Order: sequence, then C-alpha cells, then structure tokens
Amino acid sequence: MAKPTTPRPSRATAKAAAPAAGADHNRPRPETPTDYKASKEELLEFYRQMVLIRRFEEKAGQLYGLGLIGGFCHLYIGQEAVAVGIQSALVPGKDSVITGYRDHGHMLAYGIDPNVIMAELTGREAGISRGKGGSMHMFSVEHKFFGGHGIVGAQVSLGAGLGFAHKYNGDGGVCVAYFGDGAANQGQVYESFNMAELWKLPIIFVIENNQYAMGTSVNRSSAEDQLYRRGESFRIPGIQVNGMDVLAVRGATEEALKWVQGGNGPILLEMKTYRYRGHSMSDPAKYRSREEVQAMRDKSDPIEGVKAYLAAQGVGEDELKKIDQDIRKIVSEAADFAETSPEPDMAELYTDVLVEQY
Amino acid sequence: MGIEIKMPALSPTMEEGTLARWLVKEGDDVRSGDILAEIETDKATMEFEAVDEGKIGKIMIAEGTEGVKVGTVIAEMAGEGGEEAAPAPKAAAPAKAEAAPAPKKPVAVKATVADPSLPAGTEYVKTTVREALRDAMAEEMRSDERVFVIGEEVAEYQGAYKVTQGLLDEFGAKRVIDTPITEYGFAGIGTGAAMGGLRPIVEFMTFNFAMQAIDHIINSAAKTNYMSGGQMRCPIVFRGPNGAASRVGAQHSQNYAPWYAAVPGLIVIAPYDAADAKGLLKAAIRSQDPVVFLENELLYGRSFDVPKVDDYVLPIGKARIMRSGSDVTLVSYSIGVGLALEAAETLAAEGIDAEVIDLRTLRPLDTATVLESLKKTNRLVVVEEGWPTCSIASEIAAVVMEQGFDDLDAPVLRVTNEDVPLPYAANLEKAALIDAARIVAAAKKVCYK
Repeated sequence: MAKPTTPRPSRATAKAAAPAAGADHNRPRPETPTDYKASKEELLEFYRQMVLIRRFEEKAGQLYGLGLIGGFCHLYIGQEAVAVGIQSALVPGKDSVITGYRDHGHMLAYGIDPNVIMAELTGREAGISRGKGGSMHMFSVEHKFFGGHGIVGAQVSLGAGLGFAHKYNGDGGVCVAYFGDGAANQGQVYESFNMAELWKLPIIFVIENNQYAMGTSVNRSSAEDQLYRRGESFRIPGIQVNGMDVLAVRGATEEALKWVQGGNGPILLEMKTYRYRGHSMSDPAKYRSREEVQAMRDKSDPIEGVKAYLAAQGVGEDELKKIDQDIRKIVSEAADFAETSPEPDMAELYTDVLVEQY
Repeated sequence: MGIEIKMPALSPTMEEGTLARWLVKEGDDVRSGDILAEIETDKATMEFEAVDEGKIGKIMIAEGTEGVKVGTVIAEMAGEGGEEAAPAPKAAAPAKAEAAPAPKKPVAVKATVADPSLPAGTEYVKTTVREALRDAMAEEMRSDERVFVIGEEVAEYQGAYKVTQGLLDEFGAKRVIDTPITEYGFAGIGTGAAMGGLRPIVEFMTFNFAMQAIDHIINSAAKTNYMSGGQMRCPIVFRGPNGAASRVGAQHSQNYAPWYAAVPGLIVIAPYDAADAKGLLKAAIRSQDPVVFLENELLYGRSFDVPKVDDYVLPIGKARIMRSGSDVTLVSYSIGVGLALEAAETLAAEGIDAEVIDLRTLRPLDTATVLESLKKTNRLVVVEEGWPTCSIASEIAAVVMEQGFDDLDAPVLRVTNEDVPLPYAANLEKAALIDAARIVAAAKKVCYK
C-alpha cells in the first residue's frame, strides 16, 4: 500500500542532505541555505513574473479548450516560484538553462517575449520555433535557454553537456538542468550524475518535485522518495527546498551557485512543489483528491506567499492591482498575437532539416 | 621432438602481426606463464606467454619482423627432459589454417578510377583506414579548438581499436576524454556540448552499443534544428565501427546504416577506403549538422592510397564510381565495396564489364550517380553487408523503380546478408555474410548469363 502523498512542503527553511549512513562525514558540504532577503523592488519583480506565468498559463489553457493549441500542453500553474526564484539568481547570457516539456514558465522567467511563446503554442510563423516545435520544443539560444525537450530525462544528460561546454570554454557559466520527479527515475540521470561529479562539471541539477509523474505519485514510483538524496552515491550533495516559497528557492540557488562556482562540481536541489492542473491538458487528475489540490492552493500558493512578504513591506493590494492589470493586458495581447499570426508558409515544411546543403 | 611455437591470433580480426621483441633467447628455460615475446597486433602490443615448460630451442622469426602470418612457426621449444612435446601454446592458431579465426584476406582490388578532383601527379601514401581516421581527427583538432573526442577507452588505452592512438599525447586530457561505460549518458553529454557550441566527436566502441544512446542521436541531435526553427544547431559526429566483425556473435555484429539513414536531420556516412575515411571524416567534423559516421572494423587494418595534400576534405553526399563498366552496375558502401570490386574482376574474366559505385554517404543519398550509371548499364545489383529487409538496398531498389524504371532491362537484385542474427560458428557465419561469389552470381543473373 502506497504511503499517502506528502504534498505539503514545510514552510520552514531548506534542509540539507544529511549524509547517508556510511557516507564520508568529513567531506565538505554546502551550507544550509537561508531564505533570500529580497528588497521591495525584487519582491515586486518576483510577483510580476509569477503572476505573468500564471495568467499566461491560464490563457494557454483557455486557448487549448478553444482548439487553438493542439497536442500536448503542460501547464506550470502552481510551480511558478521555482522558475522565478532560480532564474533571478542566474546571469543572463552567461549561465545556461535546459528543461523538459513543461517549459513555458522558464521562458517567461527568462524574460522571453510572451508573444512569441504564445504564437509557438498556436503553431504560428511568428512562434519562437517558427511554429515547428510547439509547446514542448521551444528554445532561445540568445538567452542561453536550450529547450524544451520531450523525452523524459534527456535534458539531464544534455544539461551535463552544457555544463561540460562551460568548463571546456572556461566561461564561468553554470548550467541549470531542470527535471521532474518522474525523470528522477530515468537511468541516464544517474549516468550523468556520475560523469558530472567525476569531471566536476558546473551544473545545478534541479528536481521539480511536483509530487506526480503524470498520475504516479512519488511514493508509488520511488524507493528513495526523498529525492534530494538521489545524488549521494555519486557524492553530489543535495538540498531539499520549499519550492512554493520564492525566497527559499532563491536562497537555495545562491548557495548552490556558490558551491558550483567554487569548483566543487554539481549540486542537486529538490524543489518540493505542486502543480494545480493535470499533467497535461488531457489529464483529468483522478489520482488525487480535489481537497488535496484545494489545500495546497489555500495554504501554500506561491503567489499568495509573495503577497504576504510584500504586505509585510507595506505594499498594499492597490499597487499589486496595477501590476495585475498590466499583466492581463500583456497576456491578452499575446493571445491576440498568437491567434492572428499567420500559420507557417508551406515552404517551411522543408526548411531547417539540415543546416547545410549537400 | 620439440614444441612448435606459432604466431598467435590475439584479436578477432588479426591476420598477421609484428614480432616486436623476443623476451627469451635460445637456450633459455621457460616456465608456463613466462612472457616469451611482445607481438604487435592490429590493435595493440600484446605479451605472448608460454603455456608449456621447456627449453627454447631455435628462434625462427627474428624480432622486428613485420607481417608474420598467424600460425607461422616462430620458435621451437624442447620439451622438459626431452619428452614428447605437449601441444603447442594454446594462444597459437590451430594447425588447420582454415579454422583460424581471422577472416580470409580479401583479394586486394585496386579501384580503377582515380579521384578526378585531384591534380595529376598528386603523391599518394599507403595508409591504413585506422590511421586515416586518426589523421582526420588530429588535423581537425589542430585547426579548431572546439573539437574534442569523447568515448570509452579513447584516451589512455589509445582506443579500443587504436583509432584514437596518439591523440591524448598531442591534445591532452581536456580534449581526449575517457568515459565510464555509459553510452546513453555520454552521447547526451556530447550532444549537449554541441548545443553549447562545441564540436564533439563521440566514439562508440562499436555501433552495437550506440543502441543504448540512439535516443540522443535521433531525438536530441537530429531533430533539434528543425524543432527550433533553425535556431539551435547540433554539430556533432557519432563514430565507431559498424557491421559484422569476425566471430563476435549476434549482439556485436549488426549494420545500423539503414536505421540511421531513415532519419531526417542526420547525415550518414559509411566510407570504404582510407582516403574516403579521411576526407569524409574531416568533412563530417566540419559539418554544422549531426553526422553518424559508420566505420568497419575489418577495414581498419587495410591499407589504401591516400593523397598527400594539405587539407583533404571530400564532399558529403557524393557517390564515387570506383570502377567504370558498361554491362551492369554494382552499388555498395563500406566493406561491400571491396567485395563488389573483387566480383567485378571475376566478371571481367567472364566477359561482363561491371561498373562499381561506392555510395559513401547514405543520407543524403546520391541517387543521381546511381541513376546515371543505370542509364548506361541498364542492370543493377545492390551489395550490402547487412540484413535485406528495409535496407539501403531496398531503398535503392525503390528509387530505381520510381525514377529509373524505363532504364531497367532486368529486375534490381539485392545481395545482402542472410535474414538471421549473425551466428558464431565459422561455417554458419560465413554462410550468413555476403561474398564476391554471390555478387558474381547476381550480376550474371541480371545479365541473363
């Protein structure tokens, strides 16, 4: 009998991996991170980005319902604090990021134009992949955002390769490779852990543990369900983080960056988070109760959390309303843009198969 | 009566070797396990141990002798106490030559058509395919800092098949990287590094092991440029031996050319001779597209003329007419080309003038050269060291049906391996693989002779 899921990350600060029995206790380990001390301006920016992701994803859900978005569409609602907290600690143009198919949120957090993301979702010429990638396959080499990958776990090896390139080039950059609790059971993840630690690659492995790999809960799929410990046998230290709290996420990322940039090799962050919607648009999410989702929304919502931090700094609802309105406008314009942009020219069918002519 | 010590076969493909050094001299007493000599095989320098005890009698092959055939008596040993000899050292080839594990050396057939792009008077240097591949990598690594080699045993071991020999010494551990045995992982790391702007050469010890990594070759490398609307490149070379080696059984003997050639977004190259191995590997490393570069273990040790020019780069996607003829076209690639050339010689003696085409690149396929040849000969046989079903041969047959139907005076025939996993037993293996005789028979059939 499976244990009940534990969708409730503690509000307390992150917990660093206790060395497993028999582990080398003398090995250096990262410090236990503390919550990031954000200024009012930073908090407002976190709020803005998280609301943008949520409204964007809600709109994408609507467009899907209208038949304007097809195929698979995986929404990020509920997980906003993870992408926003981590991206805010990275240096654009220097650090690289790669993720799986639930990628809209990361792109928005990277400051990529919502119009071209939405137009990709609707499969239009103006989409960031010229309509040829879709929801799961979006890239922005300019922003060092390397996708957008549909095979569960593949981005972990590819991310290790991006980390390899940072080290090879000596450019000081760090790769962040995001993957889910489902991907955490793929073999290639551990092949990559092994080489990343062996070669001290500058990479932060981020498990976005939203508790369910499609319909299978972590407890039903993982012999070691404390996923932050999954790097221990490769000597990769792990930290479990409240992924519903943007300041905890940012604080842990700062610590992780310090560790990686100090030449210590990779680190693993387990972000305990939760997705409010189904795995993809076609998932009725019958594997969990309405009450479970509602409890999460009521008690741990990441946007409500930032609101509380802002209130403590004296920012009232009025100021936030202004942001909300701006974002509604941005999202509604993105939807209009995505609906009215033309479909790709038929000639695009044959372009970009190869780069060169042979 | 002494014990004959024979040149041992120390690798599945070894046919001859160099007796690099004797570690014993005439009159020495040796015990079982003592090292008698160092022998350089096609892959490595190996120590050759004594199996029996006794006194070294006569040394017949002096140290430093090259090209000593497997099974040659290299020394004689007196049995202990002058007793009747025990059997020869176990490692030595059995007395019956036909049972030797090394395949029969193919008849060396020289291509009759020189590369037209080279100026007359170009000097040629005899080079093995193995060396040509190494030279290609070394030259490209010298000229482009982004190029590196990654794979199992590529660095300190000097290459499982010695293809990367010397690269570690010249380029160091930063650019010649040994991996754990973890194909899926290192193929992914290579692919990611290519996305990040580097130029990886990923060596698979053999392409059989690349099945563990095929997801990255196809889903990650081949599709990225298209999925990103041309934004994200993946310039990478996946290379290693492909196809049947010798007596290594079904899991180590498969031709993956049709698998990769089926995938849009990949370049697939399968060279035959050393010049092509060099010129095409250099082109592959420079290409901005992902390339699957299929080598052949049995060809590694064969020597061919390689033009001595500064920067020998060949065009990808161009077939080569290896022998021009007028009666029948034999189309092949990789090791099949040698067999087709051998068959062409036999056919010539019987009055049939065969044209031999080496496809060289399997994707994109140079169908124009094939169709042009067909116009001249009106008869076509495809020769492929691989399975028949859904093969490159099937593809050529389909192309010829669609685009060359009116030029055909006979049905296209396929000469391929038998449609079975490759067996181990020497006789069964021989029966399963293509040979020149089968090509000759097929060519005669389409010529109605």
